Amino acid sequence: MKRSSKLAALGLVLAVAACTNNSPFAAGGGSGGAGGVDGSVLPGSPSDPRSPAYFQQAVGDRVLFQVDQSTLTDAAKATLQGQADWLMQNPDYNARIEGHADEQGTREYNLALGARRANAAREYLISRGVAGSRITTVSYGKERPIEICSQEACYAKNRRAVTVLVANVTG
Amino acid sequence: MMRLLTSIFLGAALMAVPAVAQNTPLRIEITEGVIEPLPFAAPDFVPDTPAAAQYATQIARVVAADLTGTGLFREVPANAYISQVTSFDAPVQFADWKAINAQALVTGGVSVSGNTLTVRFRIWDVFSDTELGNGLQFTGTVDGWRRMAHKVADQVYSRITGEGGYFDSRVVFVSESGPKDERRKRLAIMDYDGANVQYLTDSSAIVLAPRFSPAGDRVLYTSYESGVPRIYVLDVGAVQRNVLPTQEGTMSFAPRFSPDGRSVVYSLARGGNTDLYLMDINSGQSRQLTNAPSIETAPSFSPDGSQIVFESDRSGTPQLYIMPTTGGEPRKISSGKGRYGTPVWSPRGDLIAFTKQSQGRFHIGVMRTDGSEERLLTASFLDEGPTWAPNGRVIMFTRESQGAEGRATLYSVDISGRNLRPVRTPDGASDPAWSPLQK
Repeated sequence: MKRSSKLAALGLVLAVAACTNNSPFAAGGGSGGAGGVDGSVLPGSPSDPRSPAYFQQAVGDRVLFQVDQSTLTDAAKATLQGQADWLMQNPDYNARIEGHADEQGTREYNLALGARRANAAREYLISRGVAGSRITTVSYGKERPIEICSQEACYAKNRRAVTVLVANVTG
Repeated sequence: MMRLLTSIFLGAALMAVPAVAQNTPLRIEITEGVIEPLPFAAPDFVPDTPAAAQYATQIARVVAADLTGTGLFREVPANAYISQVTSFDAPVQFADWKAINAQALVTGGVSVSGNTLTVRFRIWDVFSDTELGNGLQFTGTVDGWRRMAHKVADQVYSRITGEGGYFDSRVVFVSESGPKDERRKRLAIMDYDGANVQYLTDSSAIVLAPRFSPAGDRVLYTSYESGVPRIYVLDVGAVQRNVLPTQEGTMSFAPRFSPDGRSVVYSLARGGNTDLYLMDINSGQSRQLTNAPSIETAPSFSPDGSQIVFESDRSGTPQLYIMPTTGGEPRKISSGKGRYGTPVWSPRGDLIAFTKQSQGRFHIGVMRTDGSEERLLTASFLDEGPTWAPNGRVIMFTRESQGAEGRATLYSVDISGRNLRPVRTPDGASDPAWSPLQK
């Protein structure tokens, strides 16, 4: 999932770069591309606050949960507050929240638990002002772990809800 | 006859009754109290024509493998034979088989005519010098020789144990490849013993938990094909699939057929809450069975269709409950310490198999339908998802090993906790579902 999320993010970054008028490549005026070296932030880079990469890395695209819980920790709420702020400032994107569980549990229960976690994150974003129509959820249960060491250090990272940005085609 | 009957009765009695009846869950160690398996001989069947020779040998081997695979039988090897069976109709030399302590003897003849294969066989009670039941013959296509071997073995098993057979059956499962964090899954179907694997989907979307229809002709499963979990029904013969009707913004999973094959009970997650629903397959209309803020999932019908056993965390941890199919208050049946999931009603109606998580280990267990006489049959890092053999005597399940190199494998175990063994599959395998006995 990690890899495909990154690929998806990259796709979005390229799409954004392609339809931005004030790209440094265009602004530089030269055909050789040397004009790109002007010290401005490259749109789509992690330091561009409007980029999905920034959302992923600076805001934080995921929140973690305790064993068997879907209750949001204070740290999770802080991350989601940042996500809510970002989403309200960037209407070009909607969100798909993916809920996950660690491998300690049956497949069926973990699917339901992942749904609970994704929904907890969604409800929080709504409570902070994001329109519910912009947020969908899906549960992967224990099907898509990112860490596979079968120890608590890994399980803790797998019990997560990840907010994936989706280009808002109608927006 | 007396001697053979004695062994049979002993075997059946030990399988049917728990070793110790007590209120606390009993863990059965498979190394304890192993039944002495019944020795039998299955010499190569006799070919009527040269074209039948290879099948005559292979069929006897499959029959022997089916029987020894139960753990209840032990094959006397061919190099111990004193006499050979060279004619299906010649009298059996009982003394020669007694001398090598083969208590049961299976003899057979095979003929091939064009694409048609006929198997004749007889089962002998060696120590009473008599035939056990009547000889039978099966006719089918040459390609179906393994099925005919399984049918012969089912007859032998059934006549000697008094139980229904289960060898002429299939298993639908999820074939897995790749590491844990990039696992690819596709539906597959095979004979119960791992032969004749066929793939039913590609691995472009995650597929989970296939379940047979009561007639074995259709399979329900969950797929992420649309981006979210939805339930599909697949026609096994035609390999055609249809998505079941669903509502936008919901996820549906954990489906099972009703015993009449007309309805599907399943879980639907909406707004983070998962409840049970019952759908009429023809009309696509669903009725909500539970309405609670807790998780209700993994439903399974009683064989008469009147009740549903399922998993719920309404008490705080996942436990097992039974409710009437018509609706009504569920009653909790699990009572031990730990977390219980994936309950499956035995086809005989007497037991419920389940997954139990306790003190960091996973177990497959069985309990009576009132929750009494809990017995844990296995223990490992991760065992889950039991499915019943058609005769309700054997359970197949998923065992996943630990860590980055972890891999899922199918195992089977009998309901006394004996005879734990892996089921051979080409790749990793999970979520088995056993078919009914084939017609």
